[in-house]
Amino acid sequence: MRLIRNLGAISLFGLRRAGRMGVFLSQAFFYAATPPLKFSRVLKQIHFIGFESTLVIFLTAAFAGMVLSLQGYYSLNQFGSAALLGPMVALSLIRELGPVLTALMVTGRAGSAMTAEIGIMRITEQVDALKLMGLNPFRYLIVPRLLAGIVSLPLLAAIFDVVGIFGGYLVGVKLLGVGKGTYFAEMAGYVDMQDVLGGFYKSLTFGVLITWVCCYKGYYTSFGAEGVSKATTQAVVLSSVLILVWDYFMTSLLF
Amino acid sequence: MKAIMIKIENLHKSFDSLEVLRGVSFEVPKGEILALIGRSGNGKSILLKHVAALMKPDQGHVFIEDKDICYLRGQELEDLRSRFGFVFQSGALFDSLTVFENIAFPLKEKTKLSEREVRERVFSILEEVGLTEAENKYPAQISGGMVKRTALARALVRNPEIMLFDEPTTGLDPIISHAMLNLLESCHTRFGFSGILVTHEIPEVFQIVQKVALLHEGRILTVGSPVEILESKDPIVQQFITGSIDGPIQYR
Repeated sequence: MRLIRNLGAISLFGLRRAGRMGVFLSQAFFYAATPPLKFSRVLKQIHFIGFESTLVIFLTAAFAGMVLSLQGYYSLNQFGSAALLGPMVALSLIRELGPVLTALMVTGRAGSAMTAEIGIMRITEQVDALKLMGLNPFRYLIVPRLLAGIVSLPLLAAIFDVVGIFGGYLVGVKLLGVGKGTYFAEMAGYVDMQDVLGGFYKSLTFGVLITWVCCYKGYYTSFGAEGVSKATTQAVVLSSVLILVWDYFMTSLLF
Repeated sequence: MKAIMIKIENLHKSFDSLEVLRGVSFEVPKGEILALIGRSGNGKSILLKHVAALMKPDQGHVFIEDKDICYLRGQELEDLRSRFGFVFQSGALFDSLTVFENIAFPLKEKTKLSEREVRERVFSILEEVGLTEAENKYPAQISGGMVKRTALARALVRNPEIMLFDEPTTGLDPIISHAMLNLLESCHTRFGFSGILVTHEIPEVFQIVQKVALLHEGRILTVGSPVEILESKDPIVQQFITGSIDGPIQYR
């Protein structure tokens, strides 16, 4: 009996949390779709989430492409299909690794900072100060980040794809001796628009997911430095898990 | 008889099993400041947040000029809050903005003043609070007293109709504290706002307020003019004003 009661309590708690997160996202979309929109704040967030993430995306993409090429070459070579290295690297990056690794890196770099910043504003009453100036904290804090996430993630994923393919080229062509023409020509034959669009849709939704979870966790942070630290950890863990779970559903729907 | 600006009626608020406010009622006439005194942890800040519509009561009402603000939402609530100035206990300055930017922020966001007019308004109030030298400093680079003065300047810069002060002088040295109270008085004379001032600066604060209310055990024990409070025979009021450790209020 006690077990059932506990299970019920946990389920209700989970449902309440999910409902609150759902309401939070709906409010964010509502305020994003209704004027006024502070364009300068959106640009500032695009600079932070997008531009300032390019170096880390560049490095991650280069090495992801290189290791993919290295591993792929040895596997493909066993079946005498080393010529398909280009398509293998490109498809893996465009359909899967590009959007997912970009999202995970942005969560670690910008998502955690988002939670910490909003959380600190919350516990030091800066959010209340905004409200008492007659300003809506959603319009000021959440909407710019949500829109910046939607704009930045697909662009970063595109950079990831290009840099990753070039990293794969360096290892495959320059190190392992696959023909330059083969690497790129075969790619054109195997990669079609649906693959590119699939990756684009994924990164678009990841942009929403990261900003949603990280802003929510910051906005509803509990008291003190420990509260902010907990919220930041939870935001990164929950975002990362949700990215992988959502990626599975998107893949099964899109491809 | 003066019109009533703030009216609190039978306000109740609990957190889990802890009853903080147990039926608080009082009024603040237009253009007057009421000092809200009481022991630490008695719910003065909570009460102030109800007046600013930052919290919803479990029971009771808060009226601003006959309008019940407890159930306002959306644009109506934002419009109401635009009429407030709030000086938080911690200052609540935006830590990524300089002193100048903090004070200019509400003007830039809520008015259509030109850049030049904003600068003029901010410099004028910076001069009044004696912070012209600190305009380019961030909150982390200035002292506690300067933070409080910046917070006061930010709250006053739009000439609000209602000012709420949450211990604006706590933690300041006696000279700065005195200067802050003088500043508050001169701003009140000039702008004529109505307000509630949560404070422990007794009896200094009695010089600048028109009414005093003592919050004790979740209820308003007494409301009156500063003279009435000072002459009160109530042992709780007397103990609180004199700060004696012997009396009906147990501090342990």
